[in-house]
Amino acid sequence: MSAVVKFENVVAVAGSFPVLTGVDITVQEGEIVLLQGKNGAGKTSLLRACAGLIRINDGSAQVFGFDMRINRQAPRRYIGLLGHENNLYRDLWAIEHVEFRAVAGGGQRGDAAEALARVGLASRLWSVPISALSAGQRRKVAIASLIVNRPRLWLLDEPHSALDAVSRADLNAILKDAADSGATVIFASHEGVLSEELSSRVVTLRGGQVVEDSSAR
Amino acid sequence: MLAEVLLLARKDLRIERRAKVALGQVAPLTLLIVVVFAFALDANAPLLEIGAGGLYWVAVLYGGTLLTQRAFELETEGGNFDDFRMSPIKVHSLFLGKSLSLFIQICALELVLTPAVLLLYDVQVTDWLLLIAAGVAGAVAFSVCGVLWGVMAAGLRVRSTLLPLLLIPVLAPVLLAGSRAFETALGIRADAGWSWTSLMFVIAAVHTVVGLAAFGFLLEEN
Repeated sequence: MSAVVKFENVVAVAGSFPVLTGVDITVQEGEIVLLQGKNGAGKTSLLRACAGLIRINDGSAQVFGFDMRINRQAPRRYIGLLGHENNLYRDLWAIEHVEFRAVAGGGQRGDAAEALARVGLASRLWSVPISALSAGQRRKVAIASLIVNRPRLWLLDEPHSALDAVSRADLNAILKDAADSGATVIFASHEGVLSEELSSRVVTLRGGQVVEDSSAR
Repeated sequence: MLAEVLLLARKDLRIERRAKVALGQVAPLTLLIVVVFAFALDANAPLLEIGAGGLYWVAVLYGGTLLTQRAFELETEGGNFDDFRMSPIKVHSLFLGKSLSLFIQICALELVLTPAVLLLYDVQVTDWLLLIAAGVAGAVAFSVCGVLWGVMAAGLRVRSTLLPLLLIPVLAPVLLAGSRAFETALGIRADAGWSWTSLMFVIAAVHTVVGLAAFGFLLEEN
């Protein structure tokens, strides 16, 4: 196994506020890592730093071997990010949106139907504008948009939010399958048991730092 | 790269077809501007005729600014801007794809405005080729400038007010050149209409080169 994410004493500042204050974390290929912590602990910032969406101000940060202080765009082609928001084009149909994401990521248009079926979105909803879907259905479209790009690193912020019990179990199965096929998953969640069942490792953050790591026990 | 450009432009135009912002909201609003000018200057018909080219381009400037804002709202609403930045599509394709979709929408706007101006301001076209060339040149210049400056404002909270402040001074030379070229095409002045049209193409070319070079940086720094 090789390190997909390797952060050493990483400091990141948003505006004038330090969001990461010396993070040390190494995540190996195939791991499913749960990030825990109170609101403002730095979970979302750590995910965004892994995606190269925030600048690293100090420390050493590598994702897929790329130095994130020099070239934070390079690893993005291997990364799928699901944030708090679903990042959806509200006026597109669900199928159109996923097809767009599939083709934009170098995949096939036909992958979209398979992905939507995989997340359990009823086929009658595929040709409905996303703005007309419920919050849970939109979340499913967002997850399907990740699946079609087959990311090697999944970065998920509260991925279970708005999903019902069956869909949460489906999502866990999707993420486990991805990890079994060699992908790495890092997700932030406040869902207790459900998230701990999924994860192979639990990392707790506080004040922008890692304060507990189950792999170190 | 062409496939990526077309993919992005097609996506934007499909959204526009559904949302009908350009033709359903922006075009009627700019038509209203043309009508309001017609009412305001009705007492002085010759003045309206002389100002037809300029008033047309003022309406295009206003509508084009709204369409530019809309083009980036698509990418910023619902957290989409992160996805736009994370997109595996090359930055050059992002710039050109956005520009292409904006170009088509501005052309559609011009197609609505042109007959309205001819009818309401009672002017005749003496050089259709120049009129079309100037319209296309203006639309190209508007679209590439709009995308270049639009991305600068896209990540900011004050984007809705900042973008017009940034864009309108930059587009002022296009407004001037377009007005002069139209005045020649409408037979109002015997001036160098083609030179003004060429100037708009030059402005478009310069902004395209700058956009291709700087778009990735601007996207990251937002």
